[in-house]
Amino acid sequence: MPLNSKIPAGQMAQKWTDYKDHCKLVNPANKRNIEVIIVGTGLAGASAAASLGEMGYKVKAFCFQDSARRAHSIAAQGGINAAKNYQNDGDSTFRLFYDTIKGGDYRAREANVHRLAEVSANIIDQCVAQGVPFAREYGGLLSNRSFGGTQVQRTFYAAGQTGQQLLIGAYQALERQIALGNVTMYDRHEMLDIVKIDGKARGIIARDLVSGKLERHFGHAVLLASGGYGNVFYLSTNAMGSNVTAAWKAHKKGAYFGNPCYTQIHPTCIPVSGDHQSKLTLMSESLRNDGRIWVPKKQNDTRKAKDIPEDERDYYLERRYPAFGNLVPRDVASRAAKERCDAGYGVGTSKQAVFLDFAAAIERYGRIECNKQGDHNPALDKAITLGKEVVKEKYGNLFDMYEKITGENPYEMPMRIYPAVHYTMGGIWVDYELMTTVPGLYALGEANFSDHGANRLGASALMQGLADGYFVIPYTIGNYLADDIRTKAIPTDHPEFVKAEQEVADRINKLMSIQGTESVESMHKRLGKIMWEKCGMARNAKGLQEAITEIQALRKEFWSNVRIPGSADGMNTELDKANRVADFIELGELMCKDALNREESCGGHFREESQTDEGEAKRDDEKFMYVSAWEYKDISNWELHKEALDYEIMHPTQRSYK
Amino acid sequence: MEHYNMNLTLKVWRQKNAQDKGGFETYQVKDISSEMSFLEMFDVLNEQLINEGKEPITFDHDCREGICGACSMHINGQAHGPWAQTTTCQLHMRAYKDGDTIVVEPWRAKAFPVIKDLMVDRRAFDRIIQAGGYISVDTGNAQDANNLPINKDKADESFAAAACIGCGACVASCKNSSAMLFLSAKVAHLALLPQGEPERMSRVTNMVDQMDKEGFGSCTNTEACEAECPKGISVQNIRRLNSEYIRSVFSGDDK
Ligand code: SF4
Ligand code: FES
Repeated sequence: MPLNSKIPAGQMAQKWTDYKDHCKLVNPANKRNIEVIIVGTGLAGASAAASLGEMGYKVKAFCFQDSARRAHSIAAQGGINAAKNYQNDGDSTFRLFYDTIKGGDYRAREANVHRLAEVSANIIDQCVAQGVPFAREYGGLLSNRSFGGTQVQRTFYAAGQTGQQLLIGAYQALERQIALGNVTMYDRHEMLDIVKIDGKARGIIARDLVSGKLERHFGHAVLLASGGYGNVFYLSTNAMGSNVTAAWKAHKKGAYFGNPCYTQIHPTCIPVSGDHQSKLTLMSESLRNDGRIWVPKKQNDTRKAKDIPEDERDYYLERRYPAFGNLVPRDVASRAAKERCDAGYGVGTSKQAVFLDFAAAIERYGRIECNKQGDHNPALDKAITLGKEVVKEKYGNLFDMYEKITGENPYEMPMRIYPAVHYTMGGIWVDYELMTTVPGLYALGEANFSDHGANRLGASALMQGLADGYFVIPYTIGNYLADDIRTKAIPTDHPEFVKAEQEVADRINKLMSIQGTESVESMHKRLGKIMWEKCGMARNAKGLQEAITEIQALRKEFWSNVRIPGSADGMNTELDKANRVADFIELGELMCKDALNREESCGGHFREESQTDEGEAKRDDEKFMYVSAWEYKDISNWELHKEALDYEIMHPTQRSYK
Repeated sequence: MEHYNMNLTLKVWRQKNAQDKGGFETYQVKDISSEMSFLEMFDVLNEQLINEGKEPITFDHDCREGICGACSMHINGQAHGPWAQTTTCQLHMRAYKDGDTIVVEPWRAKAFPVIKDLMVDRRAFDRIIQAGGYISVDTGNAQDANNLPINKDKADESFAAAACIGCGACVASCKNSSAMLFLSAKVAHLALLPQGEPERMSRVTNMVDQMDKEGFGSCTNTEACEAECPKGISVQNIRRLNSEYIRSVFSGDDK
């Protein structure tokens, strides 16, 4: 099937307006007869469910957690971008568009990104109206800060808990629709298959995780807002339950997977402390507003940070990228940290860490506070004490989190940080309307591939999730459903529902019957190790080929030797995990295949074979200016389709932050 | 920070399902590193149980960074264990020493029935939110955000209340199983903002009614909730809720 991205004609800045003016509408009486299924209740899913419920559609929302409020968007720390230009620093819709395309290393679709920039301002308005308590200035207006890859201050935030506050806003809007009877909530439910009838998505098979029962649910359309797949690496900043299962089932039912190899490794995470580690914790990018990153100039320097004098420190980001300094994009910052550690300059017991140091910021803020008090020549102690208060107000919860995990006080000594898997730019391929290659099946938020190209800028994930849910899907879904108003609800004893449920049941029975010797967790760790070593921060052809072979072997082992205790009739968290890990294994293979195919470096995808003399990522626009959209054929067998990226506005150049 | 290893005795509540009576089982774990989180110690125990062919212990958890509110263990009689303002997932094993015995139970409250082992059903909280824990504004109706300046101190106070993660430790720590801290945090979050003003009266009465219906107990001001709350939600919010409630009941405003 040829890919049609359905980008509207016309001027870039007019496309979305024109689309909205001309897309089909569904009248209120008809909306009441149309059912929409939404899988996932993070920012994208909850905002979509609330908005579609308000519009009058009958919505069924599903999440695997015990409450919609726990979706992993809750953990986003730093902020949300919007082109408001409240700081009068020259920001505009165009600049946000420009920064996002450039930050994505020219691998995102222009029209989608422009739309994202256009609606960004509405998101902030909507959230404030809902009562999201963003940070404010003393004059009562909203406060902003800087994030990586930009030279303006456009990030709105609520301390280090922006995702939490935005999700609570969307969750409350969703609960209101539940109370009004417009949305039915299915918590502790996992989607285990898509049901297709006459080529269209018409429902899902879900497992009630408490009773263990399989359920059939009909929908005129199905929306996947099921998040990203970073947990394929086992260790990531994702929540333990974050998984690819919903997206993967859709993929196996005909939805192409876009750019699976584009993974974001976040530069500032708390380093791994041992084999027991179950997840990694992020230290927000916002810390790079004030923290300076450095390593000792001497290799294998074991002195304490405070014993290393200023002129023996290498502030390598400031040195290499003077224009952006510590605020280079994530992919650049991560690679630079890896480069220093690999070269023997890492710190801490593992030597796989760099310092993130707040001493200078504490002193600077302290002096400002002293000035405010009229003390223009303060003692250093006093400045430091007051400066700590300022830093505490800005980042207190992050500093506390750091101390709880490491037992070290970051007000007194620099944090030790290292890159970790954080986000996946790749995802289900969607067109301009967010529809996948399966008619009636949509993907929103991190689950789709569309807006971030090969690297996502900080504070853009929250923006995209809410843009998709509040401001895009409410329009685009009407354009499809308007032709579906005559379709009556299909009874779930339809043969396609019966068949899909049987397949899910067979797979569960098969998993339960293996009764092998190795736990799901242990196999997941092994998968993660292969992925991190061979499809992680740096990739090469040989490693990727090896990884594919190893993953295929692991898949066989999994299906013959996994051990799942208990039974399938009732709550069984090991079975839930096994269902997810089985899908991660298949996905891992596709990621390596995609990474192998893309013989260029771009954004978060770094092929060692393709770098500049200075070790920066080197794109190959001649050969790879396309989106890889993979069609599932059979186990280990995919067909590659290419969506060419035609840049109308931007002129792709070697990305530079120097 | 010096790291060390420890051996521990764990007494853990096991319960097959809501109907089962349940009881404690005792387990030994060895070579637990002080660097592990409390849940990672449970991962080790579960791996051990699986290898012995037994069923692992079911517990709620997801983000493992103290923000989703899923984790919920009652540890040696304290919700989320011994560290102040810390969720179970952020509690680390350096809080314990070699040879310790640790007793782990689920949240105990009539409104939070046990699903399995340490996992409970907290959907009563969602229903309390459904009763009024929101501002009724449909998508697409908002004015420019900066048209509504909000006093910074009020905004900060509202944020501090909105930081509640809905974990239920307040209920589990209260001898009456009251949900007042949770409820008051939501009421305060919204009442402190001008956007919350139009529904201020009806919100508080509807939410309190729902709380009563769910079978949570009443508040007798013992303040155990505040002491155990991992997010430092203040009992000041309960005082605010009481005055909001009185104001609502006596104003005769439409509900
Ligand atoms: S008030 Fe505190 S203890 Fe209660 S649910 Fe909220 S965060 Fe948990
Ligand atoms: S697991 Fe999310 S708060 Fe503990």
